[in-house]
Amino acid sequence: MSRGVRHYPGFGWMTVLCLVILYAPLIVVTVYSFNGSTSITTWGGFSLRWYVDVFTGPEAPRFKAAAWNSLTIALIAATVATAIATAAAVAMHRAGGFRGRSLTFALINLPLMVPEIVVAVATLIFFTMVGITTGYMTILIAHITFCIPFAYLPIAARLQGIDEGYEQAARDLYAGRGQAFFLVLLPLMLPGVISGYLLAFIISLDDFIITNFVKGAGMETLPTAIFGSVKQGIKPNIMAISTLMLAVSAVFVTLSYLVNRVGRKSP
Amino acid sequence: MAGPGTSGGGGGGGWRPLLVPLLMPTWLTIGIFLVLPVALMAVYSFLTKEFRGGVIWDFTLAAYDQFFVDRGLFGDEPPAIEWTYIAIFWRSIWQAGLATLFCLLVGFPTAWFIATRPASQRGVWLFLITIPYWVNLLIRTVSLKFLIRDNGPLNEGLMALGVLDAPVTLVNTNLAVQLGLFYSYLPFMVLPIYAAVERYNFALSEAAADLYASRWVTLREIVIPVVKPGIVAGCILVFVPSLGAFLAPDLLGGAKTFMIGSLIEEQFKGSLGNWPFGAAASMILMTLVLCALMVYARSASQAAGQGAAR
Amino acid sequence: MAAVQDAVDIRNVTKRYGSFTALDGVSLGIADNEFFTLLGPSGCGKTTLLRMIAGFEEITQGEIRLFGDPIAGRDPNHRPVNTVFQHYALFPHMTVRDNVAFGLKMKGMDAASRRARAERMLEMVHLSAFADRMPAQLSGGQQQRVALARALAPEPRVLLLDEPLSALDLKLRQAMRVELKQLQEETGITFIFVTHDQEEALTMSDRIAVMSAGQVQQIGTAREIYEAPVNRFVADFIGETNLIEVEVTRVDGDRAEVVLPGGHRLTCPSASRTGGRHALSIRPERMSVVAEAGADMLAVVERVVYLGTDLQLMVRLEGGAEFHVRLQNSARIAVPEPGARIGLRIEDGAARLLAD
Repeated sequence: MSRGVRHYPGFGWMTVLCLVILYAPLIVVTVYSFNGSTSITTWGGFSLRWYVDVFTGPEAPRFKAAAWNSLTIALIAATVATAIATAAAVAMHRAGGFRGRSLTFALINLPLMVPEIVVAVATLIFFTMVGITTGYMTILIAHITFCIPFAYLPIAARLQGIDEGYEQAARDLYAGRGQAFFLVLLPLMLPGVISGYLLAFIISLDDFIITNFVKGAGMETLPTAIFGSVKQGIKPNIMAISTLMLAVSAVFVTLSYLVNRVGRKSP
Repeated sequence: MAGPGTSGGGGGGGWRPLLVPLLMPTWLTIGIFLVLPVALMAVYSFLTKEFRGGVIWDFTLAAYDQFFVDRGLFGDEPPAIEWTYIAIFWRSIWQAGLATLFCLLVGFPTAWFIATRPASQRGVWLFLITIPYWVNLLIRTVSLKFLIRDNGPLNEGLMALGVLDAPVTLVNTNLAVQLGLFYSYLPFMVLPIYAAVERYNFALSEAAADLYASRWVTLREIVIPVVKPGIVAGCILVFVPSLGAFLAPDLLGGAKTFMIGSLIEEQFKGSLGNWPFGAAASMILMTLVLCALMVYARSASQAAGQGAAR
Repeated sequence: MAAVQDAVDIRNVTKRYGSFTALDGVSLGIADNEFFTLLGPSGCGKTTLLRMIAGFEEITQGEIRLFGDPIAGRDPNHRPVNTVFQHYALFPHMTVRDNVAFGLKMKGMDAASRRARAERMLEMVHLSAFADRMPAQLSGGQQQRVALARALAPEPRVLLLDEPLSALDLKLRQAMRVELKQLQEETGITFIFVTHDQEEALTMSDRIAVMSAGQVQQIGTAREIYEAPVNRFVADFIGETNLIEVEVTRVDGDRAEVVLPGGHRLTCPSASRTGGRHALSIRPERMSVVAEAGADMLAVVERVVYLGTDLQLMVRLEGGAEFHVRLQNSARIAVPEPGARIGLRIEDGAARLLAD
């Protein structure tokens, strides 16, 4: 029986396999984070003890400080990167063809094309040579830099779909340049800006390699703190932290998904 | 692109050039904190190493010499090719290539399957595929290690089911590293292929079937050539980060699975480090990546050549 | 008893998508060597029927036979039919020659023969000079010809054409109509042509099936369908017509006597066998303006529209119905002014009573 040219036998099963591979480790870790036993191999009944341990245990102050660093860096880096990227997107899509446009496009995407480890090495060498002591500031600068393309892509995609007629109509109806931007264009591109912000935030929160190079001694973000602990073996409290971070990610994805859906409904 | 219509009309009185300064922050940030550092890194690779980590400003080819040329333990033997680092690079390329291949074998059917669902369901499927991408890579890698370790849930489960008699050692093997890379970057393969298949004109498959091609011949002769730009993009997106990956080889592999990422990282940690050598290895890695990107650019421009007719 | 076998025999075919019925018990036979057109508005089921013959849609109920063989369950690549797709579906990564030779390659023909045959097909559609181009480098009309050559190359017994001219501009469309008909006559292949354009259907087809809402309304030659529509839908869809409600006073076989607005009685051909009120169809060009004395109907002119070759009078009949009359533009006719009272005469046999 013909089942149409779209059907290929086995492709559905491959998709299931794909999802199993992607989710199995996450589900297993989530389940074991509620393990009451001290050993990670045996199941000791459902318990929240490792979550309590994360907040009150011997490693708690270290993780708290790291989480605070991660969070504030992600907030500042995402905000600055989104502002830079929004300005860049408006110029790239509303200034017509200017000299250096394609060069600028390549520049914006450069952090995506250079391997992360190379960015890490180059940034470390730069800070050392200029003589900036590595620490909070250096992490922040590095994060702003590599977050720009991630914030830029959704904003530019959104802006591309907005007809210039809207701004022209606003200008025609006596709006000044600034008014046309703030009252018409910005509200229209807002879903893209929010998506870009969320993406930049998650990417900053996620980063390990570059942070690990430029953090300097004594400075930790959540990923570097977790990495340090994991090097001595996977302990149950790490699974609890992982599950908490999983939950944070899940909230963010859902937010960005909803923002995108709302965005798609407006013109 | 600046269409002919976009430059003239505008918001009146040629205010478009006024927008260009909005690019200043981007130019400055990426210029100072990425382009300049990469240039400095290039310079560094030609400097002499200092023993406590750092450099002496004496220009030399020592770092590249150390990478490619073997002069014996005391540097007095006749020069021969140094295989140690080339082997590490070769292993990295091989591991990244295999991971890319696995991602393609699983990612293409998945992307096709999702793109052929009714439009209302596609969003949910894509959502499911992208969630793991949003989860911290370190946490995902640690989770995978937890799952596949010798007495982890995978081995225990398979033994409980009677599939295995004794646990299979995966951690510290090449397979574990490939699995880790595969697992890290699988969504990068699915998304561009999905985008290409979604734009694919299924009438082409119908035309092929109408002209006596079977399902699988149609896939080989029509579908794959037409969606090739998406496949190449997916392969690049998986291959490039796999090549320089640090977490998967470091956490899932051992000494035998040493890859470029770990080699470079080692040069900047502790007193055994060698900054110029690390910079040189980074330069070589970047050259490899540029080659891969050039392959992509060529395939993209070919696709643009066929373009237009959908 | 050597009954001539139909090329395509469609028996009581129904297609449902969930609760929606796309085709509702369609039966028709298409003879070998025939240029057969499925004509109807979008959503009438004509493309679904074509895709069932090609093998892209499954049949919910009923049967389709190709030269006597039931073909349900055969994949498209095992059917001796080829299709010219609406937007051509030329393979973008292959040259024009490779496109044309694709079907031959799939059938296992050797490289030299298929090259020769592809050249011959391209010659037939006057595109020999373009064999090495990519499809994107051709104009719409040229792509159309490549699609035609590609579908004809494997010598199908039936060629299916899914609105192949809809993407071309008017001039090209008119030229292609003549060419398609010639090609069909030269090759002797059965053509099944799907279109929503009645002019296309009328100019090319040996027979036309008018479809609406998943059903065949009427099958016949162009003249039969235009001049003797069986129902309101066909009369209205094919060409322009005036439909007026009339009272039937007497039915006599396939003729009926009706009362026209204004009271005159008229005997005319009828597709209806019952009395009561029915629609009477009168083509606007089958009317003439006459003196009030000898007229079938009286009317007041409301507007005169100049159409170049024709003049269109928009008039109001006694009793208030709107009515259109088309007069050939000529120096010899007197054009009535708006507001004038005129008499209308219906040509013999031009009015036809419809069966709803």
